[in-house]
Amino acid sequence: MDLDSVYRAEYGPCVATLTRLLGDIGLAEEAVQDAFAVAVTRWADALPPNPGGWIVTTARNRAIDRLRRESTRESRHAQALLLNQPDEPEEAGPVRDDQLRLIFTCCHPALSPLAQTALTLRLLGGLEVPEIARAYLVPEATVAQRIVRAKKKIRDAGIPYRVPGAADLPDRLPPVLTVLYLVFNEGYTSTSGELVRTDLCLEAVRLARALAELMPDEPEVLGLLALLLLTEARRPARVGPSGELVVLSDQDRSRWNHELITEGHELVRRCLRRGQPGPYQLQAAINAVHTDGPATDWTQVLALYDQLLQHSPTPVVALNRAVAVAEVHGPGAALSAVDELDLPGYHLLPATRADLLTRLGRTAEAVAAYDEAISLAGNDTERAFLRTRRARLAET
Amino acid sequence: MKQYLLAVQLDESKPEPEDDFEAMLARTGQVTEDMKSAGVWVFVGGLRPSHASTVVRPGDGTVTITDGPFAETKEQLGGFWVIECDDLDQALAWAEKCALACGQPIEVRPFDDLSER
Repeated sequence: MDLDSVYRAEYGPCVATLTRLLGDIGLAEEAVQDAFAVAVTRWADALPPNPGGWIVTTARNRAIDRLRRESTRESRHAQALLLNQPDEPEEAGPVRDDQLRLIFTCCHPALSPLAQTALTLRLLGGLEVPEIARAYLVPEATVAQRIVRAKKKIRDAGIPYRVPGAADLPDRLPPVLTVLYLVFNEGYTSTSGELVRTDLCLEAVRLARALAELMPDEPEVLGLLALLLLTEARRPARVGPSGELVVLSDQDRSRWNHELITEGHELVRRCLRRGQPGPYQLQAAINAVHTDGPATDWTQVLALYDQLLQHSPTPVVALNRAVAVAEVHGPGAALSAVDELDLPGYHLLPATRADLLTRLGRTAEAVAAYDEAISLAGNDTERAFLRTRRARLAET
Repeated sequence: MKQYLLAVQLDESKPEPEDDFEAMLARTGQVTEDMKSAGVWVFVGGLRPSHASTVVRPGDGTVTITDGPFAETKEQLGGFWVIECDDLDQALAWAEKCALACGQPIEVRPFDDLSER
């Protein structure tokens, strides 16, 4: 463990705890950043036994110092709160989890969808603005501005920092699910540098588990958890010995995490039994088929994608469906479906086209599509994978 | 405690259904009563349509007086409540009652508590 990995792992949890202690996200972030600045010199030789605890304590002390120096009524109020608060305050809500509370604040319907996700990735995932901008295919300045505005609105409009009560939960849940899904995705196919950011994947799974404990009767919550577990289970087989990307069909299935797969399959059965299929349950079911038996039953996958497309008629779902079409009806049918899609800046569109064109023997067009995909791909591993494919094509 | 303005956004280009007006008043009046019993109520007022509005604009140490509201838009302020509660979620719960009672969109806006600056 070095300081960077501690920062990635502990930034979110520390900001969440400090937000509870200080009652203000902006102050919490400042305090945590102050504490990490101290850590840079203090941890030069060795890390403390509990880095997260050290950051929280230091951040809290720094915040008290900062508040003492300032003299507005509000800061005296906050100071009083801080000094009088016991280390483990009594919890009123059903979940003892600062991060879950913060995620409901970040995903409040009074914030725009982009602001919700950007804020969650920044505060809970510890992602930097450029990483979020890449994940969303929007300019960095837009993301930075949305985050600043959202934090201001939370503060000025009085958006509370708590898990909503039972009556409000159904309305407040969908944006939270979307955000957890996006955090996991960012971890699974990182938009810059390395392929996988395990910390983000595990964080999303952890938050999804906490949510499933809180709402065991919500089929979409169980569906999301199952989807994340079944995807996470394949992670060990997804990267080869020299760090290269291994596609599903080439993966060594003995390297999958079978404990997670069993848990995921059980969850899929449990939520589908309720007869209220939704986008996350359907995606989980697709992944259950992928992880069932020695090979994928593509006819079943295609049928599930048809259902999913009815629930979420987005071009990304249509692109994934096309991959199943190629297996069931051949690459020609899949290519016509792909050519109807408009997904500017999304590298998996040209990458899928390249694969289909290769299978159709249209080599020159496949090379051009690989070039386009390579220029759009964000992380090194995916780029390397696409280059290998392209090189293999040029040899034939 | 924070104070919130619950402003009724009225589309003046739509004709008002006369017969529903009394029923609407009864419903919004009931919401106001509920606010009072819950101890959140501060103020309530319905406004005349914007044709009755006049704008006084400062400039060069004097003022000019013009006819009409600030902006010639369809949506005008039709009336408002002021409530005092703990947070936005409570304000939104009251706004939901107001919107259903008057059949118009409600803008929820916090007052600027100057002491927090």
